[in-house]
Amino acid sequence: MNIQTTAATYAIETRNLNVYYGDFHAVKDVNLRIHKNKITALIGPSGCGKSTVLRCFNRMNDLIPSARIEGDVLFHGKNIYDPDVDPVQVRRRIGMVFQKPNPFPKSIYDNVAWGAKINGFKGDLDALVQESLERAALWNEVKDKLDASGYSLSGGQQQRLCIARALAVKPDIILMDEPTSALDPIASLRIEELMWELAQDVTIIVVTHNMQQAARVSDYTAFFTVTPDRTGYMEEFGETPQIFTTPASKITEDYITGRFG
Amino acid sequence: MTSYFPEGDELQKFVKRRRQKGLIWRSLFLLATTLGVIVLMVLLVTIINDSMGYAAVAYKIAPDELVVGFYRGMMLDAPRAQTYTDLDDLARALAGNPNAVGLLDPAAFQAHADILRQVQVAGGDLSGVVVAVSKDNDWVQNVTILELTPLFTVAETWSDVRPGWPDAPVHRALPEAGSPALDAFVTQVYGDDPAEQPIEALLAMLAQHRSAGALRQFVAEKPLALRTQEEVLAILEEQVLEPTVVETWSLYESLFDRAAIKEAAAGMPDAHLEFRRWITWDFITSPQSSQPEYAGVRTAILGSLWVVFITLIFAVPVGIGAAIYLEEYGSGSWLDQLIETNINNLAGVPSIIYGMLGLAVFVRALGPLTSGAIFGVGDPTTSNGRTILSAGLTLGLLILPIIIINAREAIRAVPQAFREASLGLGATKWQTIWHHVLPNAIPGILTGSILAISRAFGETAPLIVVGASTAIFLDPSGPFSKFTTLPIQIYQWTARPQAAFQNLAAAAIIVLLALLLALNAFAIYLRNRYAVRY
Ligand SMILES: Nc1ncnc2c1ncn2[C@@H]1O[C@H](COP(=O)(O)OP(=O)(O)O)[C@@H](O)[C@H]1O
Ligand SMILES: [Mg+2]
Repeated sequence: MNIQTTAATYAIETRNLNVYYGDFHAVKDVNLRIHKNKITALIGPSGCGKSTVLRCFNRMNDLIPSARIEGDVLFHGKNIYDPDVDPVQVRRRIGMVFQKPNPFPKSIYDNVAWGAKINGFKGDLDALVQESLERAALWNEVKDKLDASGYSLSGGQQQRLCIARALAVKPDIILMDEPTSALDPIASLRIEELMWELAQDVTIIVVTHNMQQAARVSDYTAFFTVTPDRTGYMEEFGETPQIFTTPASKITEDYITGRFG
Repeated sequence: MTSYFPEGDELQKFVKRRRQKGLIWRSLFLLATTLGVIVLMVLLVTIINDSMGYAAVAYKIAPDELVVGFYRGMMLDAPRAQTYTDLDDLARALAGNPNAVGLLDPAAFQAHADILRQVQVAGGDLSGVVVAVSKDNDWVQNVTILELTPLFTVAETWSDVRPGWPDAPVHRALPEAGSPALDAFVTQVYGDDPAEQPIEALLAMLAQHRSAGALRQFVAEKPLALRTQEEVLAILEEQVLEPTVVETWSLYESLFDRAAIKEAAAGMPDAHLEFRRWITWDFITSPQSSQPEYAGVRTAILGSLWVVFITLIFAVPVGIGAAIYLEEYGSGSWLDQLIETNINNLAGVPSIIYGMLGLAVFVRALGPLTSGAIFGVGDPTTSNGRTILSAGLTLGLLILPIIIINAREAIRAVPQAFREASLGLGATKWQTIWHHVLPNAIPGILTGSILAISRAFGETAPLIVVGASTAIFLDPSGPFSKFTTLPIQIYQWTARPQAAFQNLAAAAIIVLLALLLALNAFAIYLRNRYAVRY
């Protein structure tokens, strides 16, 4: 069945999301509402399940044979884990940028164009490539060497290439899992600026372990932590200024002020 | 402050001891490498040692004797040719006849220089023989090598040789057969190598030495006009010269023990010593033969190529397919694990077992299919399944596990990040495999497959079980032909008693090694050509 674009306020809504890796209960009872065209940051100590939750949003966890998901992930009001939903359709609408830049071993042009091609894009491919690279703030740096390998670029440029690649299939949402953790501070800042510009028409969910980054870049912040038996859960969710200035939870406050984590 | 780590002298000794340990290991590894290299060198040297060297060849008629005898006969049979036992008689007879031309040795000519005149041969005088005419002959000053031929054989009149000369009949005064002057003349004017003779001369030689019946049969097989000089030469060699290799010597003996070889050869009447490279172009392009002089490896090379071709088109696609399934689609269920364990074990099964399997399945059970009988295209000489197809499929089974294991390795080495990136863009699993996994795995898959193919190329035991023919003289014509392969051929030759076959086996081993080397070089080329750099 097709996912119909609706005017819902929330880009993604989870209801009692639980994730298991085999017998291990990795994340429990996540109820989260991601606002449209906003940047939501997922923060928390490492191992608390941020990546796990993020990968639920475009069914990337399907790739892990031991992973099992309970609960709903609503996208345009439709649970993407319903049996009649094809994960390929979901991923076409919800793109992903990974921790380590991973361009294809192809030319810059093909890196951007490939996703559109296999998704049946019928328009002007050159224009799409240019537009996507421009949106990813990479066009000026690569416009003269579109035939060069994606791996000839610097780390920061590679990551922006991956963002351009994700943008080229016109997703509603882009998931970013610690997109700047492999980059130097200047390259990181450029990505952050880029996220701001992109948020005008796409929803961004970003996992970060860098608190300043979360504070600088996001509109909403979800704080995750773990129970003593290492099951992750969402401790607090709210607008970013509120989380960082007046957290409701003591645990959140301890984490944010650097007392643990 | 007490330190728990060694300090001062103790530290020095400690570090030294650790370094010594490393040095010992390093030397051991070097030793292992050297040993390997030495063994390889010894192997190569042994093979090359056998692949060339002196051979004592006995001919029924020696090649030079055949050619010289033929032309000598033509000269002696020429019209108005007169032979003389005494060269003084010859000189006097020649001097008395201005229309005569004659041959003498230089000493005899000097003795009669007052009554004879030497004819200059264009391009340098002949050695050991003088072409002479009477002092009364006033037209012949010089003559070309080409003119010498008609002058001493077919020409009726002098004007036949050169239009400007008179119309007088040519008389010939020749020393008797067997005299050095006559042989020197023939050797220098016509040569003594059959390979240099025109096809007409070769055919005449053939006619001289073969019965009319044999000649008619030769003509019936293929009209003379269509025969090439090489073909006639080959027939001549096989039916008239009939060389047999009496004994052979290795390269080492040929280089350093020549005296002993000469001595041994002297004890063999009629045997000529020849330095032979057993691996020649003829050897590669000739079909198999029961006589070592004519035996070549073409049949075996073609057989090997056919078998390996069948192996390739069967095992490579199936192997890659299975590897893709197991790596990309397999869920790790107990069934998958069982299959996996089985494949790994199959790679270690002795090859003869595959031969037995091939015999039972492809030759016996699927006989009608593998013999081509049900397609009606079977080779009439084989009504059973001992064909190239059976052999190729058997070897295919043999290398299938190797291909699967190598291909899985290559597929597994493709970074997971590419799969995630591809799927994350909304690609299907198959699109991901086709566009990202396979292109990145292909160098490894190809290398593994080619190494497996090399293994099939050198395999012998299973093919013997499946029924490789040991004596096959016809090139294979398709998958339903009987076959032999290079390793089988080598195996068969080494088992022969005649010395020459041992040398042929060495030559065939070199051919096999060269083919394997070419295959491996091709694998390296492919790997470098398609290797993706990231
Ligand atoms: N593929 C997997 N198989 C089993 N356990 C996993 C797997 N991936 C993650 N986990 C476990 O799930 C928990 C959450 O991991 P993750 O989502 O990666 O945390 P984070 O991204 O917040 O650091 C961790 O305890 C981790 O060990
Ligand atoms: Mg993570």
